[in-house]
Amino acid sequence: MKIRILIIGLVVLSICSLFVGVSSITPMDLIDYQSEETQIFLISRLPRLVAIILAGAGMSIAGLIMQSLSRNKFVSPTTAGTLDATRLGILVSMLLFANASMLEKMTVAFVFALAGTLLFMQILNRIKFKDAIFIPLVGLMFGNILSSITTFFAYKADVIQNMSAWLQGDFSMMMKGRYELLYISIPVLIIAYLFANRFTVAGMGEDFSKNLGIHYRRIVNFGLILVALITVTVVLTVGMIPFLGLIIPNIVSIFKGDHLEKTLPHTALLGAIFLLLCDMLGRVLIYPYEIPISLMVGVIGSGIFLYLLFRRRAYA
Amino acid sequence: MIQVRGLSKLYGKKVVVDQVSIDIVPGTITSFIGPNGAGKSTLLSMVSRLMDADTGEVLLDKKNIKKIKSGELSKKVSILKQSNQMNVRLTVKELVGFGRFPYSKGRLNDQDHAKVDEALTYMDLHDLEDRYLDELSGGQRQRAFIAMVIAQDTDTILLDEPLNNLDMKHSVQIMKILRRLVDELGKTVVIVLHDINFASVYSDRIVALKDGKVIKDGLTNDIIQSTALKEIYDMDIHVQQLNNCRICVYFNSALQGE
Ligand SMILES: Nc1ncnc2c1ncn2[C@@H]1O[C@H](COP(=O)(O)OP(=O)(O)OP(=O)(O)O)[C@@H](O)[C@H]1O
Ligand SMILES: [Mg+2]
Repeated sequence: MKIRILIIGLVVLSICSLFVGVSSITPMDLIDYQSEETQIFLISRLPRLVAIILAGAGMSIAGLIMQSLSRNKFVSPTTAGTLDATRLGILVSMLLFANASMLEKMTVAFVFALAGTLLFMQILNRIKFKDAIFIPLVGLMFGNILSSITTFFAYKADVIQNMSAWLQGDFSMMMKGRYELLYISIPVLIIAYLFANRFTVAGMGEDFSKNLGIHYRRIVNFGLILVALITVTVVLTVGMIPFLGLIIPNIVSIFKGDHLEKTLPHTALLGAIFLLLCDMLGRVLIYPYEIPISLMVGVIGSGIFLYLLFRRRAYA
Repeated sequence: MIQVRGLSKLYGKKVVVDQVSIDIVPGTITSFIGPNGAGKSTLLSMVSRLMDADTGEVLLDKKNIKKIKSGELSKKVSILKQSNQMNVRLTVKELVGFGRFPYSKGRLNDQDHAKVDEALTYMDLHDLEDRYLDELSGGQRQRAFIAMVIAQDTDTILLDEPLNNLDMKHSVQIMKILRRLVDELGKTVVIVLHDINFASVYSDRIVALKDGKVIKDGLTNDIIQSTALKEIYDMDIHVQQLNNCRICVYFNSALQGE
């Protein structure tokens, strides 16, 4: 898995993605800045591409950090309740503030995402039976509980319709003005890279960390803050993208190991590529309609997830 | 120099380390010996600050280790615990590289690479350096962990049963390397050992623990004596002189004393 090949792949796919869609746009159309095609390109296609790349890279890195800090390969925003906690947070923000602004939603959702993830990590610490497969099951149950609470209150408050928009990841609505929040993940990803070695050390466990002079708790909490930030920006702009944070880091780990500073760029690139592929497939399969990306990723992702599970069994 | 003063640890009401006060003499190998559950690992964990003590303090150069920044401490004292589960997929070389973390925070410079290379050579790991840890045998992995601690290059090295899982050849090799670290580089090594013959042949001093208390603390030759060993282990152990080494025979008491 060479970084050069991944970069080339991403560039090629990006170009394809820019010119695939209901209204046909060719590179020639863009020469005329005033043309309708150029406008569609700038208002819809380009934001969509940027959103996909940032969301794909972001969710994959979030998963990578979580797996390292929890020392479990099957923990991710999907399997630790982070996504569901975020949704609960969004609901609470909508109930608290009549017309919640993006920033209000984000702040409340962030607090919930962080609290949910911390709670899961606490549960993880208490569980004696640390089987690698048992833990994500607990996380999924935990997520389902949060999700039921969300649905219950959303139903009571009659905002189900509104909520379901946050349920399914969807890029078809990505327009100028709706995705800019995702830019927050750029500095977050850079910070994650700068802290990569500390996360790797933390992944070795508390004793190794202390021996090497790291404040273990502090680093774990800091990492989870980054995870919550990324998840919240993605869910608020794109919606839920399940499994991405689970499968991409696992695939990279098989080939490149767990030295985060070395694998982080690969993980980000592969995440973006995978999401881009799913998005294009979703757009082409039932053309001129679109399959929502969360569905595409869910179907392909759960398949790969199962494969990883069985592969692990074979090696265990 | 490390001084332990009145250190205790309790689990519930059970005292597992009881008012331990010892000086770790610099530039020596000190072996901790004693029966299972005597409190050796607990004591070592508290000395290295992995675990908090309930009473007492540990002084490093007259300064309480709790007052030393952890980044600084990790350049002075290193520890390898008795059992190390690690499911991080790192190559041997990457792992040993992380031994340099206190100095370079993971971005290795030339000096770091030289230290890593040296540690790999010491531990005879060059053939395995690109293998992932989860593809190694228990003993090979143990050697990789020891190499990591050697690369950390601290004045004081604390090792809890490092010979676990190792064959005789590598056990001897590691004890010789520790001897060299002490004799040539002036380092201080504290090591928990169950094989008292390794303690007898390679260490300068021995500290014996029993039921959480220090019951012997002195030069190796003074402690490798039948009477002292009987006190520590409650069994008859015959000591024989063999080419300048004092060897303990304990496998079958019927064979002793002939
Ligand atoms: N988490 C714990 N809770 C309760 N008791 C504990 C705990 N950890 C250790 N102990 C007890 O503390 C005592 C000392 O344990 P320690 O691990 O220090 O012994 P040790 O001398 O290293 O033994 P060994 O030679 O078997 O490694 C033992 O009796 C043990 O049962
Ligand atoms: Mg022990």
